[in-house]
Amino acid sequence: MKFGVVVFPGSNCDHDAWFAVQHNLGHQAEFIWHDSTRLGDADAVILPGGFSYGDYLRCGAIAKFSPVMNAVRAFAAAGGPVLGICNGFQILVEAGLLPGALVRNRGLKFICEPVQLRCETTACGFTSTYAKGQILRVPIAHGEGCYVADPRTLDELAAEDRIVFRYVENPNGSLGDIAGILNRERNVLGMMPHPERAADPLMGSTDGLGVFQSMVQSFARVASARS
Amino acid sequence: MSASTITPDLIAQHQLTGEEYAKIVATLGREPTLTELGIFSVMWSEHCSYKSSRLHLKKLPTRSPRVLQGPGENAGIIDIGGGYAIAFKIESHNHPSFIEPFQGAATGVGGILRDIFTMGARPIAVLNALRFGPLDDPEHGRRNRRILEGVVSGIAHYGNCFGVPTIGGECVFEQAYNGNPLVNVFALGVFRQDEVFYARAAGVGNPVIYVGAKTGRDGIHGASMASAEFSEESKQKRPNVQVGDPFMEKLLLEACLEAMKTGAIVGIQDMGAAGLTCSTCEMGSRGGTGIEIDLQHVPQRETGMSPYEIMLSESQERMLLVAEKGREQEVFAVFRKWGLDAATIGQVTGDGLLRVKDHGRVVAEIPNRLLADEAPLYDRPYAQPFRRAPLEAPHIPASPDLTRDLLTVLASGDVCSKRWIWRQYDYMVRTNTLAGPGGDAAIVRIKETGASVAMALDGNGRFCYLDPRQGARLIVAECCRNLSVVGAEPVAATNNLNFGNPERPEIMAQLVAAIEGMGEACAFFETPITGGNVSLYNETLGEGIFPSPVVGIVGLLPTGPPVTVDFKQPERAVILLGGYGDCDAVRFGGTQYVKAVLRGLWGLPPELDMAREKRVHAAARELARAGLADSAHDLSDGGLAVALAEACFGPSQTGAAIDLDADLRPEFLLFHEGPSRVLISTADPERALAVARAHQVEASVIGRTQPGRLTIRLRGETLVDAETARLYVAWDRALERALRPAHETS
Repeated sequence: MKFGVVVFPGSNCDHDAWFAVQHNLGHQAEFIWHDSTRLGDADAVILPGGFSYGDYLRCGAIAKFSPVMNAVRAFAAAGGPVLGICNGFQILVEAGLLPGALVRNRGLKFICEPVQLRCETTACGFTSTYAKGQILRVPIAHGEGCYVADPRTLDELAAEDRIVFRYVENPNGSLGDIAGILNRERNVLGMMPHPERAADPLMGSTDGLGVFQSMVQSFARVASARS
Repeated sequence: MSASTITPDLIAQHQLTGEEYAKIVATLGREPTLTELGIFSVMWSEHCSYKSSRLHLKKLPTRSPRVLQGPGENAGIIDIGGGYAIAFKIESHNHPSFIEPFQGAATGVGGILRDIFTMGARPIAVLNALRFGPLDDPEHGRRNRRILEGVVSGIAHYGNCFGVPTIGGECVFEQAYNGNPLVNVFALGVFRQDEVFYARAAGVGNPVIYVGAKTGRDGIHGASMASAEFSEESKQKRPNVQVGDPFMEKLLLEACLEAMKTGAIVGIQDMGAAGLTCSTCEMGSRGGTGIEIDLQHVPQRETGMSPYEIMLSESQERMLLVAEKGREQEVFAVFRKWGLDAATIGQVTGDGLLRVKDHGRVVAEIPNRLLADEAPLYDRPYAQPFRRAPLEAPHIPASPDLTRDLLTVLASGDVCSKRWIWRQYDYMVRTNTLAGPGGDAAIVRIKETGASVAMALDGNGRFCYLDPRQGARLIVAECCRNLSVVGAEPVAATNNLNFGNPERPEIMAQLVAAIEGMGEACAFFETPITGGNVSLYNETLGEGIFPSPVVGIVGLLPTGPPVTVDFKQPERAVILLGGYGDCDAVRFGGTQYVKAVLRGLWGLPPELDMAREKRVHAAARELARAGLADSAHDLSDGGLAVALAEACFGPSQTGAAIDLDADLRPEFLLFHEGPSRVLISTADPERALAVARAHQVEASVIGRTQPGRLTIRLRGETLVDAETARLYVAWDRALERALRPAHETS
């Protein structure tokens, strides 16, 4: 399976995602430059962490206008899997592919630390290799990771089983302890924690590798059916 | 060139002495223009020319078979095997961080990162050494807290956005830093040995290209500001501080590394202190060439800038490069891709001159060598190092409660956990961090080679104040010890020499003694100094800082799971390598116990037997590499008691039952800071002791790990007894509490 990792000016976890896929997962990964209007033959797309366009204005607010985002929107609309990590999640929210918003952490400081996540659903292509309720140790590293949405959206997310990860101990003030959510079609996941940083035994945890393994397990069939 | 109107006042404003000005006139054979005067003032400033320290810096060892590049370039380079190399250096941004903490610290990070990637290396690690006035200082506490918060946010802002992990460092509080905080930033990058670029202008006729951010009026005279004492007027100098843009720097990094791969770049240098002036004349001087530029081609952010302002601007995120003639378009294409300005502003010439034109009119014409290499050199007089602390020890009362003392030391500013600081730093980005902040040494793996690089920063202002020579030797020993306990072999060093006003003989004496002590130790531990930085005039209203040399040492080790500080599980043997050490009241006077519990400072630093120290390093390294150490921690600030307590602060909060057998009085035994000692826990004490014996290192089992409690006995008498959770909370929360004093909450 081939993962495309989008590189925006200011992406800085692009190489980490690439390395996790290529070396820890053992699948193919290639970079996609932000002004590309096509995704090539990628079977899945990763929007990596970082500070796209310096995160000026608002995190992800400029990246959503990048030419590549039209291709990502079309890819997602066609059912292609899209994983947004950290800044990638912020971009997905700004681009309207996921609901809600990510605002300044409650404590107003950047936080970098391993946190515990609870996997709330396995009914999607990103968590099928986990058990429901499984506790994962995955790092966060963000200044604007506090998830907010109006009450109706929050109810909807819960009712439709679209909250994929919740923090066991809420580090940033996110409503409902939300760490990661799906779109309605369940092929777009945005999450603030960094699974690519928990994919290598030397990094202290491999709990994040399951996200990528699940994608391979769930979407490889889709990919081969398409080709 | 226009007729000159240089007055004595103008010369003084540029911080040039009468003799220095006379030398300029004699060498040029005429009066300088105003632009030229500005150029001389920055290039001959202490910051750029090292005119007070150069003579003594020559005493430092700089060579070893691993050193590919020593001092004199943007950073030192070390061979790490497998065809790869690392570039690293430390630099200070003390003065700007006092005036404007956030931007001062942020641009400090930006500056050192450019020093690394201008050589072609991708930055993979940043460390920082910070010194502030006490957070609870009755007079300056509020300001000190504000400076600390600003500096930490600035470092986090720049490093996190740029995408380099900030993986360690140290932070110390002393009254001596009330008016002069220190912000020293270390950066390290990796590259292939055949991808190294140098800051040399070669090839007459080659184009000189400016890339990166546009030039504005910010930071004019930053270098000369960093070369003067602070006075009340300095607070008016805010416009001298530059503003950093880490996003721009990230683009510049990627664009530079990509442009270097075209093969069209001949030489490249960042524009840091003294901006366009320094980069042009230094590249010309190193290449033995001249450089001619016309300022009308320099991308400018503001209108109406004078040649003087353009040449002296310290706008950030700019680089100067020399490309092969005819291949400019290849370079431009890369910078265009990254959305960056690039413009040819001149060319390399054969006449050795820095010739600056403004719309064709020559406004400065000075031999490059005169600016870069022939700056004044001073053999400043030095006497006895300054110290006010008494040599004799006062009576030290027997402690009524050593557990309480331990809690006090653990919660003191220097010893307490710095988690509040480093959780604001992204220390994991690039997924190479094997050991991040909070340990003895930080470790990053080199994905390309299977080797890892360990690094640590150390300084000890108290020891250096009591005896600069001995203090400097001790910090080198400690830094090498920090690397050895994680299994790394120390290979090279960089230093940041933070001192007061060198024109005062008693301060100059501190500098000379510290350099000599550092040189002796670096020679002995085989860690040549490959570059660094000197920051003088760290004084405000005549009050100088403690002599504060900081050393950064890098070491190499095979990639693998790291050995960490904390006890992992009960029923492991606890071994003290290097013995109980020796101490008396005089040698106790610089310790954290005296600082935190007795609130004093006297006497001398601990003694150091370098040969013994080196044997301890070898033993600790072998134990770590052989997998015999479940945990390892060096003894330093707070001595044996603090090392034991810190080993209890892992996720499992495993404690230990320790039985000591020594003749020292309990306060000394627990808290003296004698070097050459390491604490390990192990499942195999026999083999661990055999390793120590083989290295002729004294070692004994002093106890066993146990769940949740630290007890320390001396010949059956209990000295310390506490739940590890209680010790942990005191240590872990202290900094946050100090930053939020009761009267400021609500």
